[in-house]
Amino acid sequence: MPKEVILTLQNISLHFGGIKAINDVSMQFENQKITAVIGPNGAGKTTLFNIITGNYKPQTGSLTFKNIDLNKHDCHEITKLGIARTFQNIRLFKNLSVLDNLKVAFHVGTKYGPVDILFKNSAFKHEEKIIEEEAMTLLRLIKLEHKKDLPAASLSYGEQRKLELVRTLATKPKIILLDEPAAGMNPTETKELTELIKKIKVDFNLAIILIEHDMGLVMDMSDEIYVLDYGVLIAQGKPSEIQKNPQVIQAYLGISEGINEEEHPEVISL
Amino acid sequence: MDYFLQIFNTTGIFIILALSLNVINGFCGQFSLGHAGFFAIGAYAASFLSTEIQHTYVLSPIILLLLSCLFSFFMATVLGLIVAIPALRLKGDYLAITTLGFSEIVRIAIINSESLGGSRGFVGIPRLSNSFWIYATVFLTIIVLYRLKKSKLGRAWQAISDDEIAAENMGISLFKYKLIAFLIGSSIAGVAGAHFAFLQQFIHPSNFSFMWSVIILTMAILGGLGSISGPIIGAIILTIIPEILRFFGSEISELRMVLYSLLLIFLMLKKPKGLLGDREIWELTFFKTFFQKEKKNA
Repeated sequence: MPKEVILTLQNISLHFGGIKAINDVSMQFENQKITAVIGPNGAGKTTLFNIITGNYKPQTGSLTFKNIDLNKHDCHEITKLGIARTFQNIRLFKNLSVLDNLKVAFHVGTKYGPVDILFKNSAFKHEEKIIEEEAMTLLRLIKLEHKKDLPAASLSYGEQRKLELVRTLATKPKIILLDEPAAGMNPTETKELTELIKKIKVDFNLAIILIEHDMGLVMDMSDEIYVLDYGVLIAQGKPSEIQKNPQVIQAYLGISEGINEEEHPEVISL
Repeated sequence: MDYFLQIFNTTGIFIILALSLNVINGFCGQFSLGHAGFFAIGAYAASFLSTEIQHTYVLSPIILLLLSCLFSFFMATVLGLIVAIPALRLKGDYLAITTLGFSEIVRIAIINSESLGGSRGFVGIPRLSNSFWIYATVFLTIIVLYRLKKSKLGRAWQAISDDEIAAENMGISLFKYKLIAFLIGSSIAGVAGAHFAFLQQFIHPSNFSFMWSVIILTMAILGGLGSISGPIIGAIILTIIPEILRFFGSEISELRMVLYSLLLIFLMLKKPKGLLGDREIWELTFFKTFFQKEKKNA
């Protein structure tokens, strides 16, 4: 299968005062692939996500998504173009019901105008019905259809993560960015989540970019891995290559020389 | 009888005001304190237009009323736009202070403009409005707001008031939807101003002081921000209570502002989201069980 690059980052830098949060980073993301971005805490992974989704604008460098320059677009326009995300510290609309959380995300595709709303005509009713049906389909995907009328805040932690994941799908994205989707989940939930992510990648024809600290999950799922440390890209490659990369091991464990697998079995799990 | 009719009409005007403020503060979660300003613009725009037209043309009162209401609507929207574009970059308290400042500017500008009667007030306004037109406006406002609330617009507003960053990342333009809320709120307040002027036949800048913004806000909060039946109930309660207090003599009646404050403090302690919160009155469990029993009996 030929390489189909959907998003390109070129020499991106973002400094906050003297802190180089992202320093001259270039990356490529392919369609139908899961790409992981890993690195120690504070390496700039979430900042990178914020740059891709337009929450931050990089000081230098360019972002190209299907020949569109993302630097020229605001956050909400980037979502419309087809890049959706989840957040590290779940950002559901807590006061809205589970179903309404999804309905909000259908905003982008909704075409009816003010006149249709005021006269509540057939165009309005028809589109609202489709939104409702599609939202229910997404809820069935995560088996939460029986909780559709509960406030989102009342869901369990794992359920909230999954709801946030399918909420991104409602914006009809081409790329989804998942910021630590498995954080705080138990092994069973993590396994379910892995299956779900693999399934939606195929079903919705998506490129997935993943930040995750669960190395088991990362090595299992990723097609490509980028490693960040202090805002600098220090390695890139297939999971098997990353596991052996001395620079990555140094970034995670802080040991520069004489690494020994018998003394440090955790390196293997990394 | 006139006395009760007057209360009835005032209640209607307050219902419109509380509902329109609720679009900005309740649906969209933006804290505006400038509603008296838009109310004033509406009142003066309608007064000005109707008296000017009356000098030159003879029009039927209904057409004159509708024309004036449209003019008030338009003027309040234009001024809403002028205020909102810079002010909506601010959040929370800062937005409140900016809108408050705006409403004071409007009031002081009116005091200093001779063509609007200045500090003497605007006299000779025809009596064009009555209970029918006021409650027709109330009814129209309720329908429009209810439909907006149940559409993608209402959901976008709820999302913004819940979490701006998440809303933005769902493809909702924060500025656009805040602006729409602000314009809808201010324009409807303008129409309420027109009815007020046509009912009172005399308006004065002191009718539109900062206290009015606070009273309207109190009504909306008391009933429940984000609900539609809430602000209506709030407006009814807070217009009728001071009138009831009148029957207890002037000493108690003078304490009404104190009672207002006490009521608010008590409410914030016991029910911080207002009587109804963001629900509607028919969504309360009390009403639900009531109606379900009815159905069973039938």
